[in-house]
Amino acid sequence: MSASVGIVSVQRAQFVSPLTFKSGAVLPCYELVYETYGTLNADRSNAVLVCHALSGNHHVAGYYAGDPKNVGWWDTMIGPGKPVDTDKFFVIGVNNLGGCHGSTGPSSINPDGGQPYGADFPVVTVEDWVQSQARLADLLGIRQFAAVMGGSLGGMQAMQWALSFPGRVRHVLAIATAPRLTAENIAFNDVARNAILTDPDFHDGHYYRHGTVPARGLRLARMLGHITYLSDDAMADKFGRQLRQGKLGYSYDIDFEIESYLRYQGDKFATYFDANTYLLMTKALDYFDPARDYGDNLDQAFAAARAGFLVVSFTTDWRFSPERSRAIVNALLHNRRNVSYAEITSTHGHDSFLMEHPHYHEVMRTYLDNIARECAA
Amino acid sequence: MSRHEHTALAAARPDFAAIAAWIPHGASVLDLGCGDGSLLRYLQDKLQVRGYGVEIDDLNIVACIRSGVNVIQGDLESGLSGFESNAFDYVILSQTLQATRHTEPLMQEMLRVGREGIVSFPNFGYWRNRLNILNGNMPVSDDLPYQWYDTPNVHLCTLHDFETFCSEHRIHILDRRVMADGSEVKLLPNLLGSTAVYRFKRAG
Repeated sequence: MSASVGIVSVQRAQFVSPLTFKSGAVLPCYELVYETYGTLNADRSNAVLVCHALSGNHHVAGYYAGDPKNVGWWDTMIGPGKPVDTDKFFVIGVNNLGGCHGSTGPSSINPDGGQPYGADFPVVTVEDWVQSQARLADLLGIRQFAAVMGGSLGGMQAMQWALSFPGRVRHVLAIATAPRLTAENIAFNDVARNAILTDPDFHDGHYYRHGTVPARGLRLARMLGHITYLSDDAMADKFGRQLRQGKLGYSYDIDFEIESYLRYQGDKFATYFDANTYLLMTKALDYFDPARDYGDNLDQAFAAARAGFLVVSFTTDWRFSPERSRAIVNALLHNRRNVSYAEITSTHGHDSFLMEHPHYHEVMRTYLDNIARECAA
Repeated sequence: MSRHEHTALAAARPDFAAIAAWIPHGASVLDLGCGDGSLLRYLQDKLQVRGYGVEIDDLNIVACIRSGVNVIQGDLESGLSGFESNAFDYVILSQTLQATRHTEPLMQEMLRVGREGIVSFPNFGYWRNRLNILNGNMPVSDDLPYQWYDTPNVHLCTLHDFETFCSEHRIHILDRRVMADGSEVKLLPNLLGSTAVYRFKRAG
C-alpha cells in the first residue's frame, strides 16, 4: 500500500501584470491557488504539473489538516511510491483561471466595479490557462517541466503546453483526451449549458448579486455529464434495473437506483460548484482545436511539439474514445516525435482515468520512472 | 544495453544481427508485433534508428516503455490505417508473419507504410520439421516452440512458399539470409535453414 502525501496546504500566487486572453479580453490582475507535493531538486528539473479537468481543482493529492476525508482528486496516482512518485518529483496542482476553488473566476470580485465578475468574466481557452500556468512556473523558478500531465480537459492543457512552450516541457502525459471535441461532444456540452442558461435563477450570469444560485440548471448539467462519463456496462453492473423501493411507484418520484444516484450526484455538485465556472469549462473544451489555425491539419499543429508523449485511452470511454487518442498519436508519429500509446481495457468509461487500475497505473509508473531517471542523470 | 548484452542478444536472436546489417544508421523503423521491444532497443542503441513498435499485449507495452522504446498499442490484424504511406524507411515483421491471420493485406500494408519491408520467420521446410512430419508428428522446436493445440502460428510456410508468394504479389525480394543454429546457411537453404530473414520492396 502506497502512502499519502499527507497533510497539504493551499498556496496563493498573485499576478499583477495583465493577461491578454485569446479572445482579446484582458484580465488586469489575478490570483492562482495551487498546491505542491515533494521537493524541487537543486537543478529544478523534477517538476511535474498536473492539469485538472472540468470539475477538478488544485487539490490533487493528500488531505487538509482537520479534514482527512477531503482527499485530492488524483490521490491514487500521486504520492510517495505511487506512479507520480512524490519522493522523486515536485508536483504542482493549480486551480485554473475561471475556476471556483480560489483562483480568480466568475465569483471573484471584479476590481472594476467591486462586484463579482459573473458573466463578465472573459471566456477562457486552454491556451489562456497554459499562459497563466507558465507565469506560475516562472514564479516558482521552473524553467522546464519534467512533465505536464492531465486527463480529459487536463490532457488538452498538457498537449497545449507542448505546442505553446515546446522548450518548457520534456514530457506530456495526455490521458483520455482528444485533439478536439466531436460534434456529439459539443452537443452534450451545449445541453448542459442550456440547463444552466435557462434556469430562472441564472440572471444572465449575475446571480451572485441577486442572492440566487442556478442550482437546478447546474444539477441537470452534472447529471447529463455524469452519464457520459460512465459506460453502459459500468452502469448495468452498478445499477442494472434495481428499484429503490423494490417495486414500481407509478409516479415521477425515484423508481430506479440509477435515478437516485444521478440525482444525488447532481445535488451534491450543485452545492459546491459554480455554474459560471461550469459554463467556462465546457466552452474551453469546445474551443480547444490546435489544428484550426493550420487549416485543420493536426500534423502541422503538432510540428512545434518537442516533448516525448505518453498517450493513454480507455476501451469503454465513448466521450473521449480511443480513436481520438489515436489521432493525437498519429500527428506525433507523422512529426517523428517520441510517443507511446496504451489503450487500457477498462469498464469504467471516461471516469477510468481517475480509477485505480493496476495495468493503467503500471503504464504510468513505468513511463514516469524513466522521466525520474532523466532528472537524476 | 551494454556491449555484452548486445552480443548475448545477437547470439540468442541471430535474425536481429541480420536485420541490423541491412539497416543504415539513423533510419526510421516500424517494428510490427515488437514484443518487449528488444529488437528496437538493439537497433536504437546500435544504429540510432528512430523506431516505433506496434504491439497488442499489455505486458509487452509496459516492457517496451520500460526499455525506452516508442510503442503504439494496436492490433496488426486491423491494418496499419493509422500510419501514413511511406512514413518509414523500414517496416519489420520479426517472427510474427506466421502468426498473422490477414497475412496478404498485411504484407501489402507493410510496403505502403515503408519504403522496404523486412520479415523473419521459421522455415517450415527445415529438415528437422520435415522429419517430425515424416514420423507422424507436428514439429516442436526452439523456432516452433508450441504444441499443435496451443500454437498462435496459423500461416507457417517454407522459403519456397514465401518466395512464390512474393513473386505472385509483385513483391521484389532484395536480400535473404537463412540461418540454422545461429550460423548462416548457404547450401540447400529450404532444407537446412531453420530461420529466414528477407528484405523486399514493391516490384516495378
